[in-house]
Amino acid sequence: MTSEALILSMAMAVAAGLAGCFAVMRRLSLAADPLSHIALPGIGVALALHIHPLFGAVVMLLFGALLVWGLETQAREATETIIGVVFSVALAVGSLMTSGEELLEALFGGAGSLNPSELGFGLLAAGGIVLFLVTQRHRLVILLVSPDLARTAGIGVRRLELLYLLTLALTIALGLRYLGVLLMGALIIIPAVTAKRLARNLNEMLLWAAALAVLATVSGIWLAARLGRETGPLIVIVAAGGFLLSLWRRRD
Amino acid sequence: MSPSELVLEVSHLSVRFGNVSVLRDLSFRVGPGASLAIIGPNGAGKTVLFKALIGAIPYDGEVRWAPGSRIGYLPQKLDLERDVPITGLDFLRARATLAGRSDTDIARALALVGIARDGAAHPIGTMSGGYFQRLLMAFALVGDPNVLLLDEPTAGVDEPGQERLNELVRRLQQEQGLTVLFISHDLSVVYHYATEVLCLSRGQAWIGPPRTILTPDLLETMYGTPVGYHLHDQ
Repeated sequence: MTSEALILSMAMAVAAGLAGCFAVMRRLSLAADPLSHIALPGIGVALALHIHPLFGAVVMLLFGALLVWGLETQAREATETIIGVVFSVALAVGSLMTSGEELLEALFGGAGSLNPSELGFGLLAAGGIVLFLVTQRHRLVILLVSPDLARTAGIGVRRLELLYLLTLALTIALGLRYLGVLLMGALIIIPAVTAKRLARNLNEMLLWAAALAVLATVSGIWLAARLGRETGPLIVIVAAGGFLLSLWRRRD
Repeated sequence: MSPSELVLEVSHLSVRFGNVSVLRDLSFRVGPGASLAIIGPNGAGKTVLFKALIGAIPYDGEVRWAPGSRIGYLPQKLDLERDVPITGLDFLRARATLAGRSDTDIARALALVGIARDGAAHPIGTMSGGYFQRLLMAFALVGDPNVLLLDEPTAGVDEPGQERLNELVRRLQQEQGLTVLFISHDLSVVYHYATEVLCLSRGQAWIGPPRTILTPDLLETMYGTPVGYHLHDQ
């Protein structure tokens, strides 16, 4: 792997770790996973039209974020049902549109060569995600404790919810190259859940999640090179190993 | 009172959930420094009224806050996960940062509600109901409010803590001229602290000073059963 690719994957991991913290605390863990599935039809259409698959994925993911946002005002149970159905169908339709090698790569991530525009987009997006989450963490914390308190604190609740979901969608898009549609949700959720167990306050959780996501990504890449296997599944396995280790630590 | 002197003017406020009408054509005004108690049986729409006042639910009619109103809201109960590593200090610091306030303001708010700094360093999900209620009060105070909306502020708070909260609110009113709207089920607190009382029951509303409006007849109409509260002359 080139050093550019390594830097990009680490930037992606930091973004995933931080975005995951708020997904886990806002009980959106179950939405992050299906949300990533909606990228597949986008990748299929992009391949058919001979444009960069990442472009198709980003468009579909941003659309998916808007959909979840629109549904959040509905009754909770209905939302989860609709998300489950819509995103599974997206995965099914996407698999029909994509095939063979390309399908495997879209689902689980693949090496491929990194072109400069993808590198530029990736670094810019990761930087934007990290900047947004770090500067807005105070607003996001109040929002997750209580939207009503957020409102009285002068926070534009619906706008912040939308911005967060768009950030989550963009984070997923970043990880598609290395982890693919099926596994990116795991890199967002697992380090954050582990961090939640280890941290004693908000800043510790953010730091732990980012560090664990980077550690899992770098070790996964290293293992993949040594074992001659795919990167994505190994990243997720290392992250899951970290989570299992964290279970040893008893809580007070 | 001319409209320009009002802190809050509510006109023809109605809230419906599907086919159920919770508040119907409610109008009232609140002047600066007032202490308005809101009472009524369960399901009368007291909390719904507060949610409409802060713009958290859709409604018909008008809610007009005076320009420059800073609302401190104490919700009735929050559903928190025990294992989220957000501490009391994280939570207060978030509010202070948004309001451009310092660590000193956090310390002052904690002292006012009687929480030690060490106590605030615990995750909010592990705090007891009464303790968290006091933290929420500190959260409201860190925002430097000039209006307080208190939804059963002393529910779950122990006896000395209740006294402390009630007296704190009264002191803030006297010292800083805060306007307070509070929901309560405790008629003795209403008599003691309210300058006006708004009674809600089954889509109807009555408003006036507690001593003139809270007649045994009205209480019976509101609650549908005689209320054994006897007001002693003080």
